Amino acid sequence: MPQIFTASADTRLRAVGLVIVLLIFVATLFVGGEMDSTYTTLVGWVKDQPVPFSHKHHAGELGIDCRYCHTTVDAGPKAGLPSTHICMTCHSQVWTGAPMLAPVRESLAENKPLEWQRVARLPDYVYFNHSIHIARGVPCVTCHGRVDQMPLMTRAQPFQMRWCLDCHRDPGPHLRPPSEVTRMDWSGWNENSTEHKEYGERMVKAYGLRPDQLDDCNICHR
Amino acid sequence: MSMAQQPAQTQSGHIIPADKVTRLPLAYPKPVAWLVCFGCALCLLLIFCISAGVLFWRGIGVWGNNIPVNWGLAISNYIWFLGIGHAGTLISAMLLLLEAHWRNSLNRFAEAMTLVAVICAGLYPILHLGRPWLFYWMAPYPNTMTIWPQFRSPLTWDFFAVLTYLTVSLLFWYIGIVPDLATTRDRAKTRGWQVFYGLLALGWRGSARHWTRWRQSYRLTAAIAVPLVVSVHSEISLLLAAGPMPGWTSTVFPPYFVLGAAFSGFAVVSMIAVVLRHVLGLEMLVTERHLDLLGKFVLATGLMTAYGYCAEVFDAFYSGDKQDLGTLMDRLTGRYAWSYWGAVVANFIPLQLLWLRWARRNPLCLFLVSAAVTLGMWFERYMLLVTTLYRDYLVSSWDNYHPSLWDWSLFAGMLGVFFVPFLLFVRFLPVISVFEIKEARFEESEAQHA
Repeated sequence: MPQIFTASADTRLRAVGLVIVLLIFVATLFVGGEMDSTYTTLVGWVKDQPVPFSHKHHAGELGIDCRYCHTTVDAGPKAGLPSTHICMTCHSQVWTGAPMLAPVRESLAENKPLEWQRVARLPDYVYFNHSIHIARGVPCVTCHGRVDQMPLMTRAQPFQMRWCLDCHRDPGPHLRPPSEVTRMDWSGWNENSTEHKEYGERMVKAYGLRPDQLDDCNICHR
Repeated sequence: MSMAQQPAQTQSGHIIPADKVTRLPLAYPKPVAWLVCFGCALCLLLIFCISAGVLFWRGIGVWGNNIPVNWGLAISNYIWFLGIGHAGTLISAMLLLLEAHWRNSLNRFAEAMTLVAVICAGLYPILHLGRPWLFYWMAPYPNTMTIWPQFRSPLTWDFFAVLTYLTVSLLFWYIGIVPDLATTRDRAKTRGWQVFYGLLALGWRGSARHWTRWRQSYRLTAAIAVPLVVSVHSEISLLLAAGPMPGWTSTVFPPYFVLGAAFSGFAVVSMIAVVLRHVLGLEMLVTERHLDLLGKFVLATGLMTAYGYCAEVFDAFYSGDKQDLGTLMDRLTGRYAWSYWGAVVANFIPLQLLWLRWARRNPLCLFLVSAAVTLGMWFERYMLLVTTLYRDYLVSSWDNYHPSLWDWSLFAGMLGVFFVPFLLFVRFLPVISVFEIKEARFEESEAQHA
């Protein structure tokens, strides 16, 4: 009977097997890396907005409080995107003819809201309430980053569940006085002051936070 | 390998066409009948694709599941399919280690049956998920959520159990078939088939070293497979026991489930054995003695399952718990009493025929009894789920369950998922372990000469 396979067939079969294993391995690495990449999490990617609004200018240089525009952040689940009228409280007086602001004036004239593109967006199966986080003193900067340094708004955190849970399982170190919740720069806050160092743990007790329950599924998935 | 072309001889001098089996894939005796069957199976597979498509597109709402009965046909079929698979492992692994040579005529197709049954079973819980594309969340893998599967939940262990079972069954079946694939390769006349079987045979030459390695791996895999016979289905019973529902808490559940699984599995193996030996003309290999032994197994496991039924009833009375007694009464007289009595009648009444030797040896009789058992065990799975769930502790949540058209079409389709690969196996692979039969025959004759 003639040979069915050549002498090298076995080697080639093994090579193909090895290549398949390697491909699976590489594909796994690729998918794993892709999940954490900014391509998926959108961290640092700018979204096109109707007006190129600069947080760096308004929140940083001018020092306007976050709550001036995001009006419902301490009262409800959503921070709220500003209405045209809020923009116009100032821009009816300053930069009234700036071409960049034409869409804002148009919006006011036509009584049609500006269509802001949301940057910090959570999936719809996540129930997130801003007000409780503000009330307990989780500063804006923790989730939204140094918006006072962002000429154009980008996402600062990947918003992966891991990241939410890291805080929910150990909330203490992330707590700050609610009165200063919009402060952007917290560097050196708990370096020199023992009172500040103990602040988080003390407040966890005072507020009755239960980290063992804060990672229950139905805290966020209702 | 091709040395043993001449038929082997038994002590009584009959010529045994053991080698016929390795020729079957190359010259199949009834191609038209096979094509008709395969066509029907493909139609069923199409029904499966449509039903699964509708399910994925429109969601679980197309099924009859509702809130007390959230485990409907999908889960009862899952338990049923997985149970059927158990006989393959039992016959193969356990009897291999016990050196019961008669298993050689049955193990190959029983294992193939196990493999496809486990695939069917494994598909059901995935289809049953609201978002089936996220089924891999059951696996513990590093993820961006920093959560792990709930290891205290039997559902997690269910995932592991089925996956392990699938892997081990596949390995065991494949390792076992390699030497026969090599024989088929050597018999193949055309280049295409030579390459096909040659690749599958992984370069098997039958050298002494090959056989040593083969024996080691085969027996090792068998030893791994044996605990799975009891672990997988007892784990399923824990799935039920973890829910604090009346009628699911009896301590007899793990053995009751395992024995029920073996019972339904042996019934299915008997049916396949009867059909295969008739269609492929293998009466000399799968003899009446084999049918007799299968019949005895069906009878024995059946009686043990019957004991489980009694123990369950006893348990309800012994606990005296109002809710348990209520569920018992629902089973005996309630809306779904047909499933309870259907199970009792189909499982245990025709079974009594198998006390008689002629009934066990009569293929048609064994087939009919086994068919009744398969149906009866299906009733039992249905009864266990539905009669418990439709009336739980809260009267306000009582509701009836009616499987919808898509429930049934998925079930019909799942039979296609079962039969398509199985028919391909019957057509293209050696259905009986030829080399093991030859080996056993050789040992027998050696012993006689000595």
